[in-house]
Amino acid sequence: MSAIQPSPALPVGGPAPSAAVTAAWVRSLRPGVILASLVVLFFVLAAIAPALLAPRDPLAIDLAASLRAPSAGHVLGTDQSGRDVYTRIVHGARQSLLIGVGATALAMAVAIALGFLSGLGGRLVDGLVSRFVEVLFSFPVLMLSLLFVTVFGPSATTEIVAVGISSAPGYARMIRGQVLSVRGSGYVEAARALGHSYPRVIRRHVFPNAMRPLVVVVTLGVGQSIVWAAGLAFLGLGVAPPAPEWGAMLDAGRNYVTHAWWLEIFPGLAIVLFALSVTTIGRYLQQRLEGGPAR
Amino acid sequence: MSARGVAVRLLGAIGVLWAAATFTFFVQTLLPGDRATLILNQESGQTIKRTASELAPINAKYGFDDSIVGQYLHYLGGLARGDLGSSYQLHEPVARIIGDQIGPTIVLTVTALLFAWAISLVLTIATAKRGRVRSTLGSGFETIAAGLPHYWLGVVLLVVFAIDLKWFPVEGETSLSGLVLPALTLGIPLAGFIGQVTRDEFEKVLDQPFVTSARARGMGDLGVRTRHALRHAVLPGITLSGWALGALFSGAVIVESVFARPGIGQVLVSAANARDIPLVSGVVMLLAFVYVVANLLVDLAYTVVDPRMRTA
Repeated sequence: MSAIQPSPALPVGGPAPSAAVTAAWVRSLRPGVILASLVVLFFVLAAIAPALLAPRDPLAIDLAASLRAPSAGHVLGTDQSGRDVYTRIVHGARQSLLIGVGATALAMAVAIALGFLSGLGGRLVDGLVSRFVEVLFSFPVLMLSLLFVTVFGPSATTEIVAVGISSAPGYARMIRGQVLSVRGSGYVEAARALGHSYPRVIRRHVFPNAMRPLVVVVTLGVGQSIVWAAGLAFLGLGVAPPAPEWGAMLDAGRNYVTHAWWLEIFPGLAIVLFALSVTTIGRYLQQRLEGGPAR
Repeated sequence: MSARGVAVRLLGAIGVLWAAATFTFFVQTLLPGDRATLILNQESGQTIKRTASELAPINAKYGFDDSIVGQYLHYLGGLARGDLGSSYQLHEPVARIIGDQIGPTIVLTVTALLFAWAISLVLTIATAKRGRVRSTLGSGFETIAAGLPHYWLGVVLLVVFAIDLKWFPVEGETSLSGLVLPALTLGIPLAGFIGQVTRDEFEKVLDQPFVTSARARGMGDLGVRTRHALRHAVLPGITLSGWALGALFSGAVIVESVFARPGIGQVLVSAANARDIPLVSGVVMLLAFVYVVANLLVDLAYTVVDPRMRTA
């Protein structure tokens, strides 16, 4: 997002933050946001260096210790093959986060292309693209993802493509709205009046300003993508077990839910905690950047 | 709504359905490899290369030897007559399979929608603008509920209320008591969404002059909330419900999986696993249809709840 520059209409960037501004910023952090940041930090660290947080082997089978309830030795219990659940959740962070980030990146790429085409392409193009987006939007994300998985077969790549394409229409709608409002704003008109060329106005003014609110949307999108991708995996249509991936763990634990609740509850809790934390941070950023309503 | 308004909306709805059908058709043709080979391999359970003489009857049966335009027109013609093609895996018309399985899913979806409305309305009336602590509790619950994935909430409810407390049957039950947990699982996240929009609207409405005037006439607080404010506050929620039907239906697929409930979800998941494209795309088309019809109904419901819309 290095393309974002301070714009005349939104005095957000401003000069380099002074010590006083930084102090005010720190004071405005609420306990919920701090907690959420810690959770995200934990999972990001787990994705980068899992062995640091969980030194055991996530695939090591120990049949003598299968289906153990949470205890001091195995804080979150063990699965049907005696593998440590905590270790698997920590090691699963990488794949789960990659799927979430990949799907969001793909969704954004598709949405930006469609949104800008729609917002800048004139009435005919806008009409066609908007209708197309509208139609895609009429399919629930999970259903569209299921269709993709059926056609291409289950795998991590399909999961990314399915969730990415399926969630693109929602973002595309929003980007189109952004482009239209930026295009009609005073500073774009001023730039045109100063004689700047059309491509230059788009590149220097419309693009960065239409992209600004997306920082928040991307944040929220990663959490949502992980939730959807795990849903696919839960149905047995994602990454195949025994790979340590949160959704795949949920799928594998389903058969044991009546007597080993920890196999389902804890990987799901990881997903919920991560998604909720990302949402909290996203909302906070939204409020800081756009002065939106406090929640 | 005028006759012309209705006609325009209907035409728009048919346009969306046609485009949805076109999209679904072309996704099907993206399938890597040969469809006849896929079907034969599915039937025999082997993955081998087939000879042309083996493939020919399958190609003829499913119309794969037709040109792509011919197949497209055939598909659209079938849809118009309610023919969704036939399943590769079950060798039955997709429409009949869906018809046989959809009953429990509809029951689940409708019950969940009712639960969602009941929960969010009670919550809004009881907590919106009732002091800081209550408001915060109410909106906090909504934010968390809206973010809960069905697969996790379902397992939590199942473990706590069915396995541990034994209040409800564990799984596979279609009885009334077996409906409670699945419908709650499906309804609670939606209640969070509806609650969020209803609360915003509710708080705005309570500042309106007609609320002050109702209070001045001596109307009690509960009366003002239920008779005046609620009527305005449910409008965005109704719009959301049209969209929510589609989301509820796909949520039902997951919830049915969690509780091993019979319904369209089981069929859909096994079809996706077996790569039974006609069955999956048939369900997807049905959902697009439900979405379009639901949004038409929402437009109509608006004119009932909001008399101002009748003249527009």
